[in-house]
Amino acid sequence: MRLKANQISVGDTFEDVLVKDLKRTQLVMYSGTSGDYNPLHTDDRYCREAAGYPGVFAHGMLTMGMTGRVVTDRFGAENVKKYGVRFTSQVWPGDDLKAKAVVEAVREENGETLVDLAITTMNQKGDVVLSGYATARAEK
Amino acid sequence: MSDEKTVIFPVEATHIMMFRRSIGDYSVPDTGLENAAAPPTFPRAVAQFDPDYHLRLKPDVPWFGSGGKPSGIEGKPASSGGLHAEQHFEFIRPVRPGDVLTVTEKTGKTWEKESKRAGKLIFTERVSEYRDQKGELVCIARGVGVRTERPVDQK
Repeated sequence: MRLKANQISVGDTFEDVLVKDLKRTQLVMYSGTSGDYNPLHTDDRYCREAAGYPGVFAHGMLTMGMTGRVVTDRFGAENVKKYGVRFTSQVWPGDDLKAKAVVEAVREENGETLVDLAITTMNQKGDVVLSGYATARAEK
Repeated sequence: MSDEKTVIFPVEATHIMMFRRSIGDYSVPDTGLENAAAPPTFPRAVAQFDPDYHLRLKPDVPWFGSGGKPSGIEGKPASSGGLHAEQHFEFIRPVRPGDVLTVTEKTGKTWEKESKRAGKLIFTERVSEYRDQKGELVCIARGVGVRTERPVDQK
């Protein structure tokens, strides 16, 4: 649901379930659209027998893309001014991910209302897999 | 020698639609899918248009993924290669279908750090500028990649 500028206050918290039981097919879909065909994300045998990982894991950019929905669902993709993250832990098939965005500031700049958000995404164990920030324009 | 690279990125509504699905975004934009602004992480899909992109299978070039053997490249790789540590986007305006973006990418800073879980870490920054057909800046992306001495310990 889109939020209007007058509906947003500092401290507001938005939470979304991004995915439950992440599927390997989602990783394949993301490889196909992003163009990142790294076998680490699609090729279990390579991961286990050549790369030393227990299996395939998600592209950081898939986690970042899914997390971006916590912003775009409320403000619209066309209103995102900044979005940045650090990838803090790997995401694996079978993971459940939940994103949280907290409003840190609501400010006026050049006649626009801008909303600064602190963002984290956690897995089912409570581990933070991504932390970051976004700034979005709130429509009046 | 400069490692600056320029890639032309034609933005298509179908590509954006498929990209949205791949990140689990099934919302229906008010504008209709054919005019929908791209999600903020879409600019990285420029990789599809980079003829030299190293993470895409190419004819007659050895590929490190599995076929008959666990890897198509002889010898066990010392590490998984690069992992993605950070990514940042700054938009002057949204990316939309019909844009033909000229993307200029170059290496930024490089630094090292020691990690208990993966040994020596070498970080490298890549900065990309996306300009539209009028030459106007649309977006700046900054990615930080990390090469690990060994695979990341899962314990």
